[in-house]
Amino acid sequence: MSSLESLLDSRQIWRAQAGADSQGGEAIASGHAALDAILPGGGWPSAAVSELLSAGAGNGELALLWPVISRMTREGRPVVLVSPPAVPYPAAWRQAGVALEQCHWLDVQGREALWATEQCLRAGCCAAVVAWLPQADSRLMRRLQVAAASGNTLAFVHRPLAKVSEASPAPLRLRLHRHAELEILKCRGGFPPARRIAFGTGA
Amino acid sequence: MRWVCLLFPRLALEGALRRRADPGAPFALVDGPAQRQCIRAANRAAREQGVKPGQARGFAEALFNAPLFKAPGAAPLSKAPNSAPENGSEPASGERLETAPFDAESVERWRRRLASWAYGFSAQVSLHYPHALVFEVASSLDLLGPWPRLEARLRSELAELGFSHRLVIAPNPAAARVLVNVHDGLAVDDAGLEPALAALRLDRAGLANIDAGHDIVQTLKRSGFQRLDELFALPRSALARRFGGGLLRHLSELRGEWPLALDYHRPTPRFSRTFEFDQPVHAIAGLAFPLKRLLQELAAFLMGQDAGVERFRLTFELEDGPAQAVEIGLLAVQRDPDTLLELTRAHLERVRLAGPVMSLTLSAPRLSAYAPVRRELLEGPARQAQAWATLHQRLVARLGEPVLKPLIEYREHRPEMAVIDGAGPRARDASAGPTRPGWLTPTPQRCDGDVVQLLAGPERIESGWWDGGDIRRDYYLAQWVDGRHAWVWCEPGRQGWYLHGWFG
Repeated sequence: MSSLESLLDSRQIWRAQAGADSQGGEAIASGHAALDAILPGGGWPSAAVSELLSAGAGNGELALLWPVISRMTREGRPVVLVSPPAVPYPAAWRQAGVALEQCHWLDVQGREALWATEQCLRAGCCAAVVAWLPQADSRLMRRLQVAAASGNTLAFVHRPLAKVSEASPAPLRLRLHRHAELEILKCRGGFPPARRIAFGTGA
Repeated sequence: MRWVCLLFPRLALEGALRRRADPGAPFALVDGPAQRQCIRAANRAAREQGVKPGQARGFAEALFNAPLFKAPGAAPLSKAPNSAPENGSEPASGERLETAPFDAESVERWRRRLASWAYGFSAQVSLHYPHALVFEVASSLDLLGPWPRLEARLRSELAELGFSHRLVIAPNPAAARVLVNVHDGLAVDDAGLEPALAALRLDRAGLANIDAGHDIVQTLKRSGFQRLDELFALPRSALARRFGGGLLRHLSELRGEWPLALDYHRPTPRFSRTFEFDQPVHAIAGLAFPLKRLLQELAAFLMGQDAGVERFRLTFELEDGPAQAVEIGLLAVQRDPDTLLELTRAHLERVRLAGPVMSLTLSAPRLSAYAPVRRELLEGPARQAQAWATLHQRLVARLGEPVLKPLIEYREHRPEMAVIDGAGPRARDASAGPTRPGWLTPTPQRCDGDVVQLLAGPERIESGWWDGGDIRRDYYLAQWVDGRHAWVWCEPGRQGWYLHGWFG
C-alpha cells in the first residue's frame, strides 16, 4: 500500500481516472460527433496538449481540426499555427469556415518554434495553438503541457509517427490514419477504445 | 503626532533563545576574548543556579557541575561537561549550562526584523536609538486604534515572537525614549508630557548621549541638579552658557520644541522565510501545505512592498546530504498567491527530492516593480486584446516581424501569387470558388511516379502574361501513392507532374 502511494507521490505512475476530476471535466467539442462521443468529457481537453501523430501533411489533420478552429475564430478569438508543414491556403481555410483575420501562422523552425509555442500557450490570449514540432521530446512536451495548463489554452501538437512508442505527458494522444480515421492511443480520464474512429469526410 | 517607543532589554539573549529547541534549558551568552570569556546574559534557568552577568565562563559552568567544582584538580574546568558523564558526576537534573557567543550583528539583525514587523503598524519606524524601536502611530490609530487596543496587540504579538519589552507612547520620539527607561505602559499626551519628564532623574534622561566633550551628567550633579524639572526651571540662555548648546537642544527635543530628524527604516527588498518540519517529509505532496503558507507570506510581504517577484528560490534542507535548491522563474512579475502556488506546483512536478526534507526555505532575493492588471470596464475583450498585443510584441521582438503572418488571400489566380508573394487587393469572400487544398507547398515539386489516380480536374489556370510570371497549368485532385489527396498540376501538352499542395 505504502509503496503504491510512494510511487504516486514520486510521479512515476498516475491514476487513470484521477485526471478527469482534476481537469474539472472541461472539454471543447471537436465538431465531430463520433469523436466527441468517445473522448472523456465530450471533446478536446481544454487547457491541455492533445498530441496528433501522423505520417505527414495531408493525413486528415485539417479535416480533424477545422471545425474547432473555425468555431473559435468566428467567435473572434485568435488561433495560432506554429511552423505548419506547408503554407496554409487561405481560400481552403475560408471555405472550411475559418475567419481568416483571427488566424495567424508562425513561420519558424527548430528551437524558436518550441519557444514560440510555449509563449503562445502561456499568454492565455490564444483560443488554440496548433504546432508542428517533430523535434519535441518528452521533456519539452511536458513543458508545453504545463504552459497550456497555466495559460488555459487548447493546444495541438503534431509529431511524426516515429514518436508513437515514446512516452508522452500529453493527456490525449491520437494517431491519424488514412481515409479520415484515427486511433486513440491514450486519453486521461478514460480508457482508449481499441477500434478506429472515422471522423467525417476527408476534404 | 504620537510616538511609541519599544525597549528590548534582553534582545541578544532572546534572539539567541529563539533558535534553541528548548528555550527553558539553562543558557547564557558569553562575550570577551577567548581566554577571559565572561557571561553577558543568562536566561532564567541559568540565573536560578546563580549565573550572573560578569562572571567568568568557567565559574558559571562549574555552578552546574558541583562535584567537579569540589575537586578542581580532576580535570580542567572548561572540559568539565565532556568528562562529566563518564565520571557519573553530573547533577541529578541532568542539566548543564549551554553557552553561545554574543553576536552584535545578530542583535542588529533582530532589531531590523522587529522594525520590519513594526512597519506593519506605521510607515515611520526608526532604529535611531540602540536597543529600542520608535515609531509613529497617530496616523495608524484610526485603523488600528484606539491606543489600548493597539497596545494589547503589540504586546501579544511581541510575546508570540518571544521578546520581553517595555513600551511607552508619548508626543515625540525623544520623550518616548527617555520615559521608557523608567516606565512601562505609560501613555502621555501633550498636557501630561511636561510633568512626566520633570520627574525624571538626570541619569535616566538620556543626557549621557549628548556630545559635550565631558561627562555632562557628572557636571550637572556636581552643580546640584537632581531632576529634569530643575533644568527646565532655568532660563535657557543661562543653561546654554553654562552647559553648552547640546543640553539645551536635548531638552527642547524632549519637550517637542525642536524637531528630531530620524532616519526611517525601509524594509529590505528581500524575502526569505523558512518552514521547519517536525518530522522529515519524504514526498513533494507533503510540501503542499507549507508551500502554500510560505507563498501566502510572500504575497503579503509583496503587497506591503507594492512589488512582485519574477524569480524566487525554494531550498530543501535535506536530512542527509547537501541542500537541494529549485529556482523558479516566472515569465511575468507576479504577486497573487494562487497564481504563485499554481506555477510553483507546475515547477515541482518535475522535481524529485534527493532525500527526506527537514525544512523548506523560500527566498526572493530581488523584487520587481509590479503593475497590477488594469481592470477595464469592458473586462473580457479589452483584456484579451491587450494580452494579444503583448504576445504579438514578444514574438516579433524575438523572431522578427515577417515571421508572424496573417492568412491573407490576394485577388489573383496564380496560387503562388495569391498566397505567398501576393500584393494588391485582397480576394473577396468567394465561398463558392473552386476547391483548394489546405496546404500549399511553397514551391512545386516534381512527382512523376507518386500519383496513382486522378480524382478530379482538370482546372486550367492560365495567367500572368503581363508581368513575366505567366503560367499555364492544369490542376488535378490526385490520389497519392500512400492514399493521401494531393493537388498536382501538369502543363498542357507536356510531360511531368508537379505536387503543389495537400488536402489535409
